[in-house]
Amino acid sequence: MPEPVLAPQADVDAEMAAITGAYEQAGVVETQPRRDYAPYRSSLLRHPTKSLHHADPETIELWAPCFGPTDVDPLEADLTVQHTGEPIGERMVVTGRVTDGEGRPVRHQLVEIWQANAGGRYVHKRDQHPAAVDPNFTGVGRCLTDGDGWYRFTTIKPGPYPWKNHRNAWRPAHIHFSMFGTEFTQRVVTQMYFPGDPLFALDPIFRSIVDPAARARLVASYDHDVTTHEWATGYRWDIVLTGSNRTLTETDTEDGDH
Amino acid sequence: MTTPSAPLAPTPGQTVGPFFHYALPYPGDRDLVPQGSPGSVRLHGTVHDGAGAPVPDALVEIWQAGPDGRVVQEHGSLRRDGFTFTGFGRASTTRAGHYDFSTLLPGPTDPGAAPFFAVTVFARGLLHRLFTRAYLPADAPGASAEALAADRLLASVEESRRTTLVATTDAPTPASAASGVLGLRFDIHLQGGSETVFLAYPGH
Repeated sequence: MPEPVLAPQADVDAEMAAITGAYEQAGVVETQPRRDYAPYRSSLLRHPTKSLHHADPETIELWAPCFGPTDVDPLEADLTVQHTGEPIGERMVVTGRVTDGEGRPVRHQLVEIWQANAGGRYVHKRDQHPAAVDPNFTGVGRCLTDGDGWYRFTTIKPGPYPWKNHRNAWRPAHIHFSMFGTEFTQRVVTQMYFPGDPLFALDPIFRSIVDPAARARLVASYDHDVTTHEWATGYRWDIVLTGSNRTLTETDTEDGDH
Repeated sequence: MTTPSAPLAPTPGQTVGPFFHYALPYPGDRDLVPQGSPGSVRLHGTVHDGAGAPVPDALVEIWQAGPDGRVVQEHGSLRRDGFTFTGFGRASTTRAGHYDFSTLLPGPTDPGAAPFFAVTVFARGLLHRLFTRAYLPADAPGASAEALAADRLLASVEESRRTTLVATTDAPTPASAASGVLGLRFDIHLQGGSETVFLAYPGH
């Protein structure tokens, strides 16, 4: 099959600018990405065209799956020790607190991450980017938040990588995060970005969140207090999961032994 | 600790992307109970895009009550021991866009309630996860036409779209007759004429 003709970046930029202009005109603050965001071509046939239906959460939806020490080995939080040698790239720590919309910690809950290596290459067999696979880096981690909602991973700073959305399209460096809250309704998968990435303005996935303040919530901060002497740089990224309205029980609000 | 009076703004979602397969799936992810075990059911279906094409890079999760209708809070979803029912499962779609779970029938969480699986959908091209429900059809054990008719959510959905929220019972096959495993089918349409009813909860 011949390669499809890809739009130049300028066309995609113009589409994104038009959407931004219309958003600013409308004056209604959005906090989530638009599922219908044509500059991200893969979304065209994969977004609902009808409005979401309002649902009052019922019993099962007011609870979340429960994970524990059985599920996650503490070593899974360190993506740099999964092989025999040290992975290539900038060793870094990312840490932060997971809370609900009221600021209450999401305790003892699962956080999963996956990412490209320092050269922007995923281990995934469908990744065709001709950058080196690092035999010492898989790029998958898991941890449970602690009793105050904190997570912490040690990893390698991922590189940016090209994709085929349009001509010369590059994703800003990011780490994929998957979170469960205290309720089913809080389930979120997202991507964490790094401060000052020059690719932000050009990326239709990042810009599918049309509100700049909302986009900024996906950008970690460099934190020198997280950086460790002669070992790793440090980033801080806090996560807020909304969709909560169950009155929490004592088990949720106390740091119980579970 | 002080609780802020104004709710905090949510962390936005992003697409799960194309490269989640080596990270999110895990051994036993789709088997809430071992396949073919007594009393087990198969919950399965195809995820379709707006052109009707199967979506081969979607991820479907379910979260459900046990057969007694109680919410389960057991560890072990990521390391199945073959004995503990945790109520959570995860299944990536095949190249044909198909997902499959081996599980138990959820019971009614309240007397007279219509039992359902809570479902979350992720996919490349889908910028933010989608929630829906897969109700047990009236002919499934523990379900009834009366309970479905009395369900508040179903009643609030226009009739022509209501069926998108209800699983259907598979016709018996020699294999299902031999195993006794009931098949429930729940197709998911991200877009189009048969678009699934997706849900927004308060606080979203």
